[in-house]
Amino acid sequence: MENSRRTFLKIAGISALGLSAKPVLNAFAVSEHGGKKEAQVLTKKGALAAKRWAMVIDTRKLESAKDLEPVIEACHKIHNVPVFENKRHEIKWIWEEEFKHTFPDLENEYLNDRLKKLPFLVLCNHCTDAPCVRACPTKATFKQEDGIVEMDFHRCIGCRFCMAACPYGSRSFNFRDPRPFIKETNKKFPTRMKGVVEKCNFCTELLAEGKMPACVEASTGAIAFGDLENPESEVRKLLKSNYTIRRKVALGTGPAIYYIV
Amino acid sequence: MLELALKGSKKYYGWMTALLAVIGVGFGCYLWQLSFGLGITGMSRDVSWGFYIAQFTFLVGVAASAVMLVLPYYLHNYKAFGKITILGEFLAVASVTMCLLFIIVDLGQPMRAFNVILYPTPNSILFWDMIVLNGYLFLNIVIGWQVLEAERNGVAPPAWVKPLIYISIPWAVSIHTVTAFLYCGLPGRGFWLTAILAPRFLASAFAAGPSFLILLCLLVRKLTRFDPGKEQIQTLAKIVTYGIILNVFFLLCEVFVVFYSKIPEHMDHMKYLYVGLHGHGVLVPWMWTSVALMVLSIILLVNPVTRTNEAVLSIACICVFFGTWIDKGLGMISGGFVPSPLHHVIEYVPTIPEIVITLGIYATGFLILTALFKMAISVKEELSA
Amino acid sequence: MSEEKKIYDKGKVLTGLILFVVILAFPFLYNSGKAAPAPDRILTEKAKAAKECIEPKAFMKSEHMQILNDWRGSVVRDGKRIYVSSSDKEFDMSLSNTCLDCHSNKADFCDKCHNYASVNPYCWDCHIDKPKENK
Repeated sequence: MENSRRTFLKIAGISALGLSAKPVLNAFAVSEHGGKKEAQVLTKKGALAAKRWAMVIDTRKLESAKDLEPVIEACHKIHNVPVFENKRHEIKWIWEEEFKHTFPDLENEYLNDRLKKLPFLVLCNHCTDAPCVRACPTKATFKQEDGIVEMDFHRCIGCRFCMAACPYGSRSFNFRDPRPFIKETNKKFPTRMKGVVEKCNFCTELLAEGKMPACVEASTGAIAFGDLENPESEVRKLLKSNYTIRRKVALGTGPAIYYIV
Repeated sequence: MLELALKGSKKYYGWMTALLAVIGVGFGCYLWQLSFGLGITGMSRDVSWGFYIAQFTFLVGVAASAVMLVLPYYLHNYKAFGKITILGEFLAVASVTMCLLFIIVDLGQPMRAFNVILYPTPNSILFWDMIVLNGYLFLNIVIGWQVLEAERNGVAPPAWVKPLIYISIPWAVSIHTVTAFLYCGLPGRGFWLTAILAPRFLASAFAAGPSFLILLCLLVRKLTRFDPGKEQIQTLAKIVTYGIILNVFFLLCEVFVVFYSKIPEHMDHMKYLYVGLHGHGVLVPWMWTSVALMVLSIILLVNPVTRTNEAVLSIACICVFFGTWIDKGLGMISGGFVPSPLHHVIEYVPTIPEIVITLGIYATGFLILTALFKMAISVKEELSA
Repeated sequence: MSEEKKIYDKGKVLTGLILFVVILAFPFLYNSGKAAPAPDRILTEKAKAAKECIEPKAFMKSEHMQILNDWRGSVVRDGKRIYVSSSDKEFDMSLSNTCLDCHSNKADFCDKCHNYASVNPYCWDCHIDKPKENK
């Protein structure tokens, strides 16, 4: 079913454009070779699934930059995030910010000492109504059924409309080839090429293997991850028993990262 | 008709060669950018659009301004403009071409640009911008060419051109509206998040475009045997006057809303541009220069004595053009990115290679403009001879 | 109007034409009689032992690029990461971790033929070629 629908769309798209018929023939060939059974694609067994993934960050358990370091390190390491000397070219999936930058709309001159000094973890909010998804002209940034805002690096044309659209500064652009600036490459995850945008992917590749996101694992209990639509999930339990805030809720984007402060 | 653009004086060839040289250097820099990445520009994670997109925005305005000739001539039957509508249309062709080039050089993966068509995404404004810009380019090439050819042959243009001309009028408005929608529909970018952005863009377009056209008309009169006409220039001058006054009025509306409401997310960008923010303010002198130029031009344009004096008028037009260029080509894009959504102040300054590539594209535009104007004017000269 | 057929600047036109033809023909003349033989596929021990790839050889030869294209769409966009081949075997759809696990000799297995066919896929700009090397 899936396959034939895609083939149909391909044919429709390609013939509409009047392009060569060759790719269409190839697409047929995939499903018809040898006259044997059709090849199929499936989701992995044991993959973690949810209706809407969300994250709760307990800032009470992440007191200093030293506590955040391993979390950031874990993410950037497994995703082959390069380290640039030049600040302009910086690439960040998850990083630390002060309260006044994380929540600029909650500015408070007389903020208590703890929050004033507390480093906050910021990352892509995987918004319910994500402005970046709306802006992308090629659907290279798209919303998965489980709520994750995912990127297709193969399709990104590097127009950076999504970067202008994101109200959280969560996106980075590869201003140059990142490879020489990756300290230690994780061979299981691809790097990126110059000219594409990237950001946190909620570790889709780990969820597919039945594992929790890298930052969650590295946070030793400070970050919870789960299904927002399941009342029994860990995130829902935490949300029920704690007061949480999210970034720039007034914009209506519906961030999926909650902070216990 | 294109052969007319190939026959010219030594001066003409000299000018074209000079433009080709600039294009060559710009293209060389672009090849560098292509191999290295956009890291050779001054853009950053925080200011992710820079000079290229700003020039694109400004030039969409210049392109849209062709409508200021087409509309009075075809809808109001203002005969005087019949003589020069072709100049407006050809200016639009050159400007839109530059716009498209600026988008291409701004892409991180230009080889994949066709993905916009392969995976059409109507919820993205960029998709619509591609449609309206290419459509407008097509309309102006076809209309300009057909009308000029008919004029040369002493016949009326084919009947099917008329509907295209009528379509081109709202279409011109659409290109700048859609371009404004690129910016003003983004949450969290307080500087652009204003319903007046599209009208403001149009006002500055109808000031910058016709003011440039006046300068071109004066130049054409000086260099060729074709006189665009005193009346035509004066009517254009009045259009520029309305355009620039509206532009300044809209700017003041913004200033009022922003500084009276005092919502930081909106106010901080204005502060950054006009007085500096947290000690940063590279654009402050530029923005005040822009204000000064626009105010000066209004003084010169409103007064009939100065407006009808063509020497003064040309100065006023230069003021309008550069005033609006700074406003849109420098301040409008950077201003929206500083401060960043996380309220960091990270400034943007274009790099030399970035400026060279920009100049290369401007040279391409001028090359197209010169060739097309040469063609149009040669036809006019032929006819009057 | 006279119908006299006359070529102006005959010499220049002819020289130009000859130059044009020579330049156009140069690549063909230069390479004539030197057709490079198609490179042999070199298989690693692991690939040999497996006997068959995910699909029959002939199919892989002609369609691997299309399969990879479908795979990337399926994995990235649909979240479906398992490929069930026509002979009912399951594979993890991963260029680096499945294909190159067997064909760990990228230079011999992939590059030689790509160079021969003068194709330059940009897969390797992101996907890492030797998954086992640093494990």
